[in-house]
Amino acid sequence: MDLTSLYTDIVFEHDKRPLHAGLREPFTAEVHHVNPTCGDEITLRLHLDTAGTQPRVEDISYDAAGCAMSRASASIMADLLIGRSVEEAAATAAHMEQVMHARGREAGDEDVIGDGVALVGAAKFPNRVKCVLMSWKAYQAALLEARTLGLAGGAA
Amino acid sequence: MTSQSTPLDVAAIRRDFPILDRELEPGTPLVYLDSGATAQRPRQVIEAEVAFLERDNAAVKRGSHRLAEAATDAYEGARERIAAFIGAPSPDEVVFTKNATEALNLVAHSLGSGNQAVPDALRVGAGDEILVTEMEHHANLVPWQELARRTGATLRWIPLGEDFHLDLSELDALLNARTKVLAISHQSNVLGTINPIRELTEKAHAVGALVVLDACQSVPHMPFDVAELGVDFAAFSGHKMLGPTGIGVLWGRYELLAAMPPFLTGGSMIEVVTMEGSTYAEPPARFEAGTPMVSQAVGLASACDYLDALGMERIQAHEQALTARAIGGLQELPGVRIIGPGAGADRFGAVAFDLAGRHPHDVGQVLDSRGIEVRVGHHCAWPLHRRYGVHGTTRATFSVYTTEEEVDALIAGMQTVLEFFARFD
Repeated sequence: MDLTSLYTDIVFEHDKRPLHAGLREPFTAEVHHVNPTCGDEITLRLHLDTAGTQPRVEDISYDAAGCAMSRASASIMADLLIGRSVEEAAATAAHMEQVMHARGREAGDEDVIGDGVALVGAAKFPNRVKCVLMSWKAYQAALLEARTLGLAGGAA
Repeated sequence: MTSQSTPLDVAAIRRDFPILDRELEPGTPLVYLDSGATAQRPRQVIEAEVAFLERDNAAVKRGSHRLAEAATDAYEGARERIAAFIGAPSPDEVVFTKNATEALNLVAHSLGSGNQAVPDALRVGAGDEILVTEMEHHANLVPWQELARRTGATLRWIPLGEDFHLDLSELDALLNARTKVLAISHQSNVLGTINPIRELTEKAHAVGALVVLDACQSVPHMPFDVAELGVDFAAFSGHKMLGPTGIGVLWGRYELLAAMPPFLTGGSMIEVVTMEGSTYAEPPARFEAGTPMVSQAVGLASACDYLDALGMERIQAHEQALTARAIGGLQELPGVRIIGPGAGADRFGAVAFDLAGRHPHDVGQVLDSRGIEVRVGHHCAWPLHRRYGVHGTTRATFSVYTTEEEVDALIAGMQTVLEFFARFD
């Protein structure tokens, strides 16, 4: 088995020096997710900028405990989504999920998911797919929470 | 039978387990070190199930045709075999369940029935206390949390000490006149710690509490005798003792089972049914609603035969030697911390460890790439891991077919893990 397809240099770079890590103020919504099979946890805060016509991801901050794959994924996710409109972020997350559920048959579009393509090796290991997607699901849950609270702005 | 002091002939044993010849990919033989989660089955167990299905299969304890009689004989014969295996005075004390989890839930639900006709000792209510330990598998924790929630009883627990044993310093306060149940594992599925069950049972009985033993990790690995332990209930699963999945056992003292209300209700467990209500069969039938798992019971009886032919004392000695070898090798590695007592008579072969700075998922992934199959995560014992400040551990567990070479492969595999991750540091 080729481990280097799973543990790429990019994964380790993000694992060692995670981008946007730590919990910051202000935030629109906060969620806490766990992976019950392994006990991995993430607390994620989403701050939305709702001043314009399109709500935009102003900040994502998080505190993640988990394996290299899950920590790297949180770092990559935050870096990709910060600054994007909620709509763009949804398309990015959708592509990430699609690739991760393709059992390694899809390489992923680097123009859409950037460093996320370095996580695609995990798609061949169904157990590890959960590690990668935990932070992305946490983002989606935080957005839903913001919408439920009526804090997501726009037509959302 | 071979003397209990002769070492196991592991090479001969391995020939009984077809799966052990498997390669995960060409050139990567299987090194199966996850028997604590589920053990592999010998050909004899597989063949016993097949032989039953090919010759005697029918619904048991209903219908009077000859095949139904044959199937019922096989099922009840399995009950007798298992009773003998655990030293139960009567097969009527052996209840078949789906697994050990169901067996523990059976007791927890029955004790919480709220039925005023049930003797007080078998009825948990508001003001009562349920005592568990911090090392429990979720299967012997969550059912008691739920029982406490349903009844208004208070859940208390014996904490774990720094030495990976139960901290019994406050036992006299924890185990008191209000304690109705002590639910405790015989051997920790993570730490390998063996608990002083006889001593704790004496103390529990002195205050009138029942003792429910989670024996999942002891029955497959050591001589086990319910009479000698003195407990009131014991639960274990088939698939951890070289038997099938889909079957577990609840052993309980007959006079207790006879006074307990049922858990699951339906066919087979009744005495008389009218539209207004029903009365229930005597144990064990009272606790076996619906069509039971017959071929699995036959397979489990065959597993008892297999284990007894090897001898439980020899199995215990074999696994203790593997445990000492594993701990000795692993603790030499930089950054590795054994989460459990050092090798010795007070522990068995669950060897869990932490590697500083590396998540167990990552450790397990690298080991798996070399065919070494270990368990990673919290092993259904989340509070235990929290107690020792780790999110999860990597755990190796052994069985009758585990070799010294496989233990050495684990240690060499951990060297690979260290080298693999060092490249990125």
